[in-house]
Amino acid sequence: MKFLLDDEQAEFGRTLDRMLTSAGAPAAVRAWGGGDTGPGRALWKRIADAGVFALAVPEEYEGMGPLPVELAVSFIELGRHAVPGPLVETVAAAVLLGGPAECLDTSAAQRWLPRLASGQAMASLAMPAGGPYALDMDTADVTFVVGQGETELHTASGHGTVQPSIDPARRLAVPHIAGGVPLVSGADVGAATRTAADWAAFATAAQALGVGLALVERTVAYAKQRTQFSTTIGAFQAVKHRLADALIGLEFARPLVHGAAVALAGKSPDAGAEVAAAKVAAGDAAYAAARTALQLHGAIGYTAEYDLSLWIRKARALRSAWGSPSACRARVLAAPGG
Amino acid sequence: MDLDFTAAEDAFRAEARDWLAAHIPASPLPSLETAEGFAAHRAWERTLSADRWSVVSWPARHGGRDASILQWLIFEEEYFAAGAPGRVSQNGINLLAPTLFEHGTPEQCGRILPAMASGEVIWAQAWSEPESGSDLASLRSTATRTADGWLLNGQKAWSSRAAFADRAFGLFRSDPDADRPHRGLTYLMFPLDADGVTVRPVGRLDGKPAFAELFLDDVFVPDADVIGEPGCGWQAAMSTAGNERGLTLRSPGRFTAAAERLTALWRAEAGPDDTTLRDRVADAVIRSRAYQLFTYANASRIAAGGSIGAESSLNKVFWSELDIGLHETALDLLGPRGELSDEAADAPAEGGWADGYIFSLAGPIYAGTNEIQRDIIAERLLGLPKGRRS
Repeated sequence: MKFLLDDEQAEFGRTLDRMLTSAGAPAAVRAWGGGDTGPGRALWKRIADAGVFALAVPEEYEGMGPLPVELAVSFIELGRHAVPGPLVETVAAAVLLGGPAECLDTSAAQRWLPRLASGQAMASLAMPAGGPYALDMDTADVTFVVGQGETELHTASGHGTVQPSIDPARRLAVPHIAGGVPLVSGADVGAATRTAADWAAFATAAQALGVGLALVERTVAYAKQRTQFSTTIGAFQAVKHRLADALIGLEFARPLVHGAAVALAGKSPDAGAEVAAAKVAAGDAAYAAARTALQLHGAIGYTAEYDLSLWIRKARALRSAWGSPSACRARVLAAPGG
Repeated sequence: MDLDFTAAEDAFRAEARDWLAAHIPASPLPSLETAEGFAAHRAWERTLSADRWSVVSWPARHGGRDASILQWLIFEEEYFAAGAPGRVSQNGINLLAPTLFEHGTPEQCGRILPAMASGEVIWAQAWSEPESGSDLASLRSTATRTADGWLLNGQKAWSSRAAFADRAFGLFRSDPDADRPHRGLTYLMFPLDADGVTVRPVGRLDGKPAFAELFLDDVFVPDADVIGEPGCGWQAAMSTAGNERGLTLRSPGRFTAAAERLTALWRAEAGPDDTTLRDRVADAVIRSRAYQLFTYANASRIAAGGSIGAESSLNKVFWSELDIGLHETALDLLGPRGELSDEAADAPAEGGWADGYIFSLAGPIYAGTNEIQRDIIAERLLGLPKGRRS
């Protein structure tokens, strides 16, 4: 038993943090939301070069994975820096194509996985478990679609109207299947889809945890310098206690995210429930952190021009993505051990 | 990063499980907050200690098994999963013993610890006073030097277990002229049946005497019963307080076992369409698992040579709120039977929820209120300025 990141894993997180800090992620988020995906794509390439997408791609397809613990470390940092784009979808697509390769068509894996690992291709993904929409289809290089019944995997041929999310850096669209390339069909698609959905929920949970951590970090910094009634507001007990509660939520979501990573790494039969627990806890904690951040910043936090808004809106969007709180809670109780 | 146990740890778990299965009383013991229940729980401590299960993490020479922190966690998981009785010796084992290991003399350890492990001497804690709760530095009870010891005077309040216990430990002001309020305090132990001690049991919410007031009138304590240096009681007490809030007061096994019982109750009692209760049950399961994994992470950190400090305040707020949430959900699930006391004829057979609920309500109050813990989290973990307590 060593339920602790090793030095290499912790250093990987710090390296990503430094890279994303120097890259100035907020400007890329704003550009992405405004339709200019250039800076976001440049950031995407740097994230790929750091090895993040390769963590979900098996070694035989030029990846390093699957390495869910390292993936949790990276997605916490991606969330902390509010990185835009179909990050979760690209990882889940890699798992869909690569994980159960023995039961799926390897030609699709050979074609796409090395490109996903290297950052040359950005993938979106729609599966019944994630609802009708695919994220950022207008920007992604390919969108994979699993149809109802989970017996067929296609690439999308196009998409319906692009619809804004509550998070301006996310755009949603319903993929068109007709005319897309069928990749594989059969009962095995179902098993592969369920595994990919677990990874999507898992990566979303880690990303949400990072979003929540950023919200608390930024609010603590603000509370230390903002003065009212001749006192730094961070000295008020009401302010301290809200931030303490936000931190408690996040610090107890973190071990669930790590626990889900361990369960996925070991292909545990309880992995789905562990992921669902992590998704509930991280989603709730990030959302509570967003409410606290907004309240303690006051009116400035309620403006779009202030960077805090990037995380506040993302916290809400991630709560619904890849498994609603209620669906995840039901899953926790449906677990074999539960 | 892994959650794997070694073969030795698995064997330890199996040994604990087998022993518990063979020795747990066939029917639940009466509440330990009654004279009859206290005696029954004392006898259970004796049974535990006979096979060295009462203090597994202690050194073997004091009656323990030299168990690692992970083995201790495993033991506690098995203990609660098996539905074993509550621990009447908890104050001594969790609060006094860690202080003795750190600050006690070899003579004190040799004299006090084995009798504590066997349940022969059961300890009450005597820290709080009528005007002094979380702010221990404001203590007013005194310890006055005599030729060969100390005379204690004053009043202690909310003294857990004191209605039936044998001895108590607490802090007393030995130097009223000390320049800072938390200096000049001495950590002492005294018998509850000594001359000059009056014990007045105090009923908790449900009327059971879970604690007592102690009135001390020239109670003599020999030098041998001072822990650490006179005047340095604060440091010794703080190391104990860290233990109380930290890893060892509320083991995750208690909550994972309760969450499993709650899940079973939900399956038996709830309609499938009641998603509100379903979500609350799921949250209890999720939060119990979070607490378990958080503790594994801390145990791993300690095993790797690290330590936990102010992080124990995260723990304390989390488990105390989890405990209340678990029990509130159970009572709500029971519907009209949710108001029945555990002693009621119609109380659920797999009971204990009412008593557990009453007990859980104290969690956010004792061991340093949750408000104090949130201040510690904000100031020491988030780096916010010290300041107004209003």
